Amino acid sequence: MSEVIKLKKGLNIKLAGKAELITETALISDTYALKPTDFPGLAPKLCVKADQDVKAGDPLFYDKYNPNVVFTSPVGGKVVSINRGERRKILEVVVKGDENAEAAKFMEADPKALTKGEIKEQILKSGLWPFIKRRPYGIIANPEEVPKNIYISTFDTAPLAPDYSYILKDEKNTFQVGINALSKLTDGKVILGVDANGNSSTFEGLENVVVNKFSGPHPVGNVGIQIHHINPINKGDVVWTINLQDVLFIGRLFDMGVLNVTKTIALVGSEVEKPRYFKTKLGTNVSVLLEGNIKTENNTRVISGNVLTGTKISDDNFLGFYDSSITVIPEGDEYEFMGWATLGLNKFSATKTFISSLFQKKEYVMNANLHGGERAFVLSGQYEKLLPMDVLPVHLLKSILVNDIDKMEQLGIYEVIEEDLALCEYACTSKIHVQETLRKGINSMIKELG
Amino acid sequence: MKLIKNIFENTKPHVQKGAKFHWLHSVHDGFFTLFFVQKNTSKSGTHIHDYIDLKRTMGIVVFALVPAILIGMYNTGFQHYKAIGELASTGFFNIFLYGLLKVVPIIIVSYGVGLGIEFVFAQIRGHEIQEGFLVSGMLIPLVMPVNTPLWMIAVSTAFAVIIGKEVFGGTGMNIWNPALVARAFLFFAYPAQISGDSVWVSIGKSSQAVDGFSGATPMAQAAAGNPDVNVADAFLGFIPGSIGETSTLAILIGAVILIVTGVGSWRIMLSTVVGGAVMGIILNIFAGDNAYMALPFWQHLIIGGFAFGAVFMATDPVSAAQTLKGKWIYGFLVGVLGIIIRVINPAFPEGMMLAILLMNTFAPLIDHYVVQGNIKKRLKRAQVAA
Repeated sequence: MSEVIKLKKGLNIKLAGKAELITETALISDTYALKPTDFPGLAPKLCVKADQDVKAGDPLFYDKYNPNVVFTSPVGGKVVSINRGERRKILEVVVKGDENAEAAKFMEADPKALTKGEIKEQILKSGLWPFIKRRPYGIIANPEEVPKNIYISTFDTAPLAPDYSYILKDEKNTFQVGINALSKLTDGKVILGVDANGNSSTFEGLENVVVNKFSGPHPVGNVGIQIHHINPINKGDVVWTINLQDVLFIGRLFDMGVLNVTKTIALVGSEVEKPRYFKTKLGTNVSVLLEGNIKTENNTRVISGNVLTGTKISDDNFLGFYDSSITVIPEGDEYEFMGWATLGLNKFSATKTFISSLFQKKEYVMNANLHGGERAFVLSGQYEKLLPMDVLPVHLLKSILVNDIDKMEQLGIYEVIEEDLALCEYACTSKIHVQETLRKGINSMIKELG
Repeated sequence: MKLIKNIFENTKPHVQKGAKFHWLHSVHDGFFTLFFVQKNTSKSGTHIHDYIDLKRTMGIVVFALVPAILIGMYNTGFQHYKAIGELASTGFFNIFLYGLLKVVPIIIVSYGVGLGIEFVFAQIRGHEIQEGFLVSGMLIPLVMPVNTPLWMIAVSTAFAVIIGKEVFGGTGMNIWNPALVARAFLFFAYPAQISGDSVWVSIGKSSQAVDGFSGATPMAQAAAGNPDVNVADAFLGFIPGSIGETSTLAILIGAVILIVTGVGSWRIMLSTVVGGAVMGIILNIFAGDNAYMALPFWQHLIIGGFAFGAVFMATDPVSAAQTLKGKWIYGFLVGVLGIIIRVINPAFPEGMMLAILLMNTFAPLIDHYVVQGNIKKRLKRAQVAA
């Protein structure tokens, strides 16, 4: 076991509404959906029509530029609707579940006995491939590439993020099978980032992996931060990353020969009655989780994911592809009299300009209000304190704003994705759209350099 | 509260684009956002945002300036009564009142002219009112000699806001510290009226200075070759000088507020002081029989505008260096240059203003080299790996 990598920069946001370590089985949702909008840069092509019957594991759509990458139905049943937005962009492919429906059959085998090609084909066909992401850029991995290493962060430090060692505790063997499969896909290693202060026994005794321990405030749990400190991404490098729960899907695929995308998600946030964990399925309609669990009649914001990187959804929309939590916070769409001049006993802040920094509470209710107007960059040094990387975030963002590809490359755009800079956006005095800007930069990199 | 909010909300449609009072839009928006944090919620990116905004940040800087303002007012009265020989017979309240009546009009003119221009520019550009001038508008009076005519304050404020800031694109885009641009404009445009010994102490038309009164600042005396710094007076602020810069104590209180809240960069403050001290020591070593060069180095830190410049001017985040390493270099050079100009250059008794403006100009260059350093490190890493 290696030494602990200690990071100092960052911030743990003390948001109210942490989940208790209790898991309930969620009500079975009537409908499930995959949302092509969950995949940045994807051009989806449909393989199904409305009213068509599908089995769990049958493809719903595929990537236009990489037809091997298919996205499959999480449940068996019938495609009920294909919801489109502006310019007929596909927003959701909705499947109505049927308990008696069959599941598509895949090979049931120990990945250790399979070749790289067989494993790749099985993961691609089952629709689990999109869970594997590629760095640079944080987009779906290209099956033709061979990654330098595959990285998995085993803990999430984002506000109210689920406790993965709790989720994993009964499925350690499945996790091992998933890792065995992944390790065949790289010439390098499968590398785990483990919380040095967490319950480390969960990740002891795993084979085929290299373990690195980390400690520090958020974003230390982000895989991108961990990669930066283990083996930073240089120009031309490709590494893959995958979320911990998604490794379980791969493990089950080889163990059982069917697509089983049951996952544990945390329902959290200050507006949730008794925040806790639920066992549910990929793409579930969130209304079955929210019903009876929301405290207030007030205007709330439902987020698939966490408050930093998640997606705002309506309360009858669907769980995002990569998300392991649903967060509900107050919308906060109201005026605050002289809000900028208050003492701020209840106002958590990354700065020390509110009295709350003297009287720290355990947790704070926070809403989605911007708390100020949008401005140009005025203050300096604010972002640097929150990014434990040798990257100059403001200069990188400015190079994106002027669309200078060379500078973006030189300043390290290969090493970061939105989640790594999300804290900067949270803390920004000028309310700059950091994540949106970064994705714009990444998109122009993809466009210019491929 | 609700009443005010309703007034703002009900009048809002009338100042929208195309409506009759659209020309009042920036004013309406400026006051609405001043009274009420708006109800806008996050549309993309993070769903929660810090409570900090530019209004609060700037508000804290103004708050940190309050001790300097109050002591500056008192000192204005103090110098007045001292000059006319009535100090002993005048009560604390009257001394302060005299200063208050002298200083408040300057503050009003500075804010009035500056904000007026800001409102016009915001209207033309279709921006929100930017808060930068909340601080500049307070800094400008504090770096002015108390006898500066109000029309000169108005002209130099206008110059600073238009040429120093708005031509570059407004708050966040300027190259130089706007308050120092105002001071520099005044210094070079009206040299006859703004220098000499008579500008620092307000005598008034109806009073007469006692015999032997000079009104010279400790710096002017030192530059003339006979330094005579009363350390206690210089530290507490009872010496002639620009309104807000005399009291090192008040400035230190402000510095503590800025550092504790994290609004001002302690790196710049510290490195400026270190730079000034180092240069002071070097001059001490090579002083020979030059009395000004022999002035103990630490006394440089409490006379003139050194402390005020280090704490409130050099730390302006927009015009200072922005990288961590850059801030150290920038601050250090501000300190060094400030003392060099002060002591070596006979034309300018005070060097802080020019030193900071000069380093403002070079701050982007310093940052450029720091950024290049980061880029080179990344390149090197790539080559080692390959």
